[in-house]
Amino acid sequence: MAWTGFVKGNWCETIDVQNFIAINRTPYIGDQSFLEASTARTDKLMAYFNTLKKEEAKRGGVLDIDTERVSSLLSYPKGMIEGHDEIIVGLQTDQPLKRGVNPFGGIRMARQACEAYGYQLSDTVEEHFKYKTTHNEGVFRVYSDEIRAMRKAGVITGLPDAYGRGRVIGDYRRIALYGIDYLIESKHEDKNRIANGPMLQHTIQLSEELYKQIDFLKKLKAMAAEYGHDIGRPAIDTVEAVQWTYYGYLAGIKEQNGAAMSLGRVSTFIDIYAERDLAAGRYDEKAIQEIIDDFVIKLRMARQLRTPDYNELFAGDPLWVTEAIGGMGLDGKTLVTKTSFRFLHTLTNLGPAPEPNMTVLWSNDLPEGFKKYCAELSILTDAIQYENDDLMRPLYGDDYGIACCVSAMKIGKDMQFFGARSNLPKTFSIALNGGYDTMTAMQIGPAMQVMDDEVLDFDKVWERLDTYLEWLCDKYVNTMNIIHFMHDKYAYEKTQMALHDTEVHRYMAFGIAGLSVLADSLSSIKYASVRPIKNAQGYITDYEVTGDFPKYGNDLDEVDSIAVALTDSFIEKLKKHETYRQAEHTVSILTITSNVVYGIKTDNTPDGRRKGMPFAPGANPMHGRDKNGALASLNSVAKLSFDSCRDGISCTFSITPHTLGTAIDTQSGNLVNIMDGYFGQQAHHLNVNVLNREKLVDAMENPDKYPNLTIRVSGYAVNFNQLSRRQQEEVIQRTYHEQL
Amino acid sequence: MSLSVHSIETLGALDGPGIRTVVFLQGCPLRCGYCHNPDTWSYEAGKMMTEDELFRRILRMKPYFKDSGGVTFSGGEPLRQATALVSLMHRLKGEGIHMVIDTSGAVWSQAVDEAVHLADLILLDIKHTNAEAFYQLTGGQLEQVLAFLDVLKRDAIHYWIRQVIIPGITDSKVQIEQLAKLTASSSRERIELLPFHKMGMAKWEKLSMPCPLADVAPMSAAVIEQLQTHLSSI
Repeated sequence: MAWTGFVKGNWCETIDVQNFIAINRTPYIGDQSFLEASTARTDKLMAYFNTLKKEEAKRGGVLDIDTERVSSLLSYPKGMIEGHDEIIVGLQTDQPLKRGVNPFGGIRMARQACEAYGYQLSDTVEEHFKYKTTHNEGVFRVYSDEIRAMRKAGVITGLPDAYGRGRVIGDYRRIALYGIDYLIESKHEDKNRIANGPMLQHTIQLSEELYKQIDFLKKLKAMAAEYGHDIGRPAIDTVEAVQWTYYGYLAGIKEQNGAAMSLGRVSTFIDIYAERDLAAGRYDEKAIQEIIDDFVIKLRMARQLRTPDYNELFAGDPLWVTEAIGGMGLDGKTLVTKTSFRFLHTLTNLGPAPEPNMTVLWSNDLPEGFKKYCAELSILTDAIQYENDDLMRPLYGDDYGIACCVSAMKIGKDMQFFGARSNLPKTFSIALNGGYDTMTAMQIGPAMQVMDDEVLDFDKVWERLDTYLEWLCDKYVNTMNIIHFMHDKYAYEKTQMALHDTEVHRYMAFGIAGLSVLADSLSSIKYASVRPIKNAQGYITDYEVTGDFPKYGNDLDEVDSIAVALTDSFIEKLKKHETYRQAEHTVSILTITSNVVYGIKTDNTPDGRRKGMPFAPGANPMHGRDKNGALASLNSVAKLSFDSCRDGISCTFSITPHTLGTAIDTQSGNLVNIMDGYFGQQAHHLNVNVLNREKLVDAMENPDKYPNLTIRVSGYAVNFNQLSRRQQEEVIQRTYHEQL
Repeated sequence: MSLSVHSIETLGALDGPGIRTVVFLQGCPLRCGYCHNPDTWSYEAGKMMTEDELFRRILRMKPYFKDSGGVTFSGGEPLRQATALVSLMHRLKGEGIHMVIDTSGAVWSQAVDEAVHLADLILLDIKHTNAEAFYQLTGGQLEQVLAFLDVLKRDAIHYWIRQVIIPGITDSKVQIEQLAKLTASSSRERIELLPFHKMGMAKWEKLSMPCPLADVAPMSAAVIEQLQTHLSSI
């Protein structure tokens, strides 16, 4: 009965959600005129949620913490929102916005997080973890002194060695399509198959993981049963399809406090159920939209407990509930359906918000009505990011999702070992100073002479940098291998991995921060004259630059080619080193909000950036150095090669509404052309903000006037009020493309 | 050949249709009291760029033009460099780039004539419709501008009329009617009324020049809207 009316195919023989979507979806090429407004029920629930959020903000960002229990699938009694009709049910704890404690990443982090908000972790939990090794403890048992020093100085930071790595996307849709019982059965089959082969380290590891996966699938079924649902069987209609999918996601975030917990790519999957129910007269458009609205409210309620330090790196309390929307199918028809619109429409029905992280997969071939609608919503809400489907589809097929901000992976088939990022401008300073870090006054890298040229010579500097990048990449891979070995050992994602194929492809995702700072620094050495200035101890701490030099962000090959060469060289160096579980090396140019913290840890650089000043976010040109308008700036970013940066190249673009044109129709048409032009040059990612700087300045001073001001920062959106003052100031300093 | 360039704005959406690369050329024969770019007046103050360089930079933006955008030559008065401009325009024409010239219509020569005929659209900024007031405001001759306009009308060259609306100088309904009547022809596509703003004042100060309109208030958006509505009702 669950599958009645669906076109049969390979998906009926084996787990194959891609095939189900490919042959059952109804592409939609029209405009947004069919969409329905929110219902009174939705408005009432949303009003209540807004009250809770206000209270949460009043209490310093955390409404309540359950300090007595360790968060997992069955730790809390079922949670309902009292006095409200819910269509989609399930809360992380027993109360909305109440946070659970998840110490598996590290007990110290959990303890500090409780204390930061005036709570104390209960003795029960403390006692329990006395006899348990956490991921964090495992890692530090193995870290070398050198890795510790690199970490402390901030050459590599933000590493997931004290918190959950996240970035794993369970294929939550499998629960709706197949039911848990079938998934368990198929995992049992895999386990038996493996048992028939040689039992060696990797097969024993996988076999134990399968045991855990099956155990947690059973727990997931029990969790749903508490809400009165039997998810052992497949979903039979739209509400169930959404509910079953959500249970999978909910179980994932109950079990893991991961850095980024993406949803995947569910809207077009859900649309297949919606089309069937609409045709049968089971629901009308208003009802379908109400289901989606309710689902999105639940996603917006997702919370994790984190420390203030963590918020410096990843500001605004983000979860990266990333939903990939749109794109084209391998069959040449679009994957845009009416539910792609309905998902985006929640930004109107529920108001703008950073979560879920709406990510539109852009293709030149997307239906014009959809392109225009996305652009209009971007102009109105600043809540959408765009990623190049024409670039990713040939590599990942047509059923990939985005982990966190920019990391593509085939849903249920790929996973990633997240690796935060390394600070390249700092590595540059350390290289020139022969392994010495002037900021911490420590010898961190291999000892060499401090570069003693009166005027720096580009070739010599490049060679020196190259030596230290080799060192960095070597240590970086080692660090990542340790972290992910221990994460698999002590904080394995049991629920999420149960919603993957048993044999997955693994990526190991390294990162770069400060690309534009380093590119401009090297450009100054190559095209201007740079005299190093040494401190009393004989270390280089500043530079005297004479003459002008080309700057990244102006579509000038002289300097853009330096940025390209840096990324090409970085991945090449990483690939020299073997990875844990034969993961494939990838690199991202993405900083989240850590560009501010990285800047604090970095001395003066010869591009003119002063000690402690923030870097540009992601792959962006430095603030105010892009002098030829937005498109020249985008063209510079578009030159970076996705082949070298397969984990994503993040670019955040801010423009005033007036610069895009006078009427909204002209503005959205122009924005569509900008994205077609940018992505047509093989660019990867674009955050779009259409706003006035003055509005942000005003919001900084008068936060109460702008409770829902959402802006895209670097791969994700935040509520502006949740940024620290320093981060707000950095956002305001960015280039706002403006024509009077 | 080289051109004296003030700057390039790669994302222009206000000077012609679609997404435009706006090349601000240096040098202007007029001295408008309300000019928001007085730093573009002197030809010598610009950065010399070769035709090749400009051609290359404009072509880099082609992916964004789609079916509506292109290049807009503005200034300064772009037609002051008409000879070099014509040579560049011939090459751009060969690439199918849509070309707009944003001009005051205050210069004329054989090269200007050629440039105007090469362009796909002219934005003609008529500073004032009264000859005496025109001279007062700009130091130039309205007669010259009208002769320019006559060529556009005669040869059915597409054009938009623009005017900066300044409080107390060009903001009456009668003046707007006069503007509409004076510039009417079948190849006129629209009239754009632009509000006088004071964001260029800092530039005057930087150049140590007193701005004759320093005491005039910026034009309100509401009045512009009223006048624009009035225009469409004529």
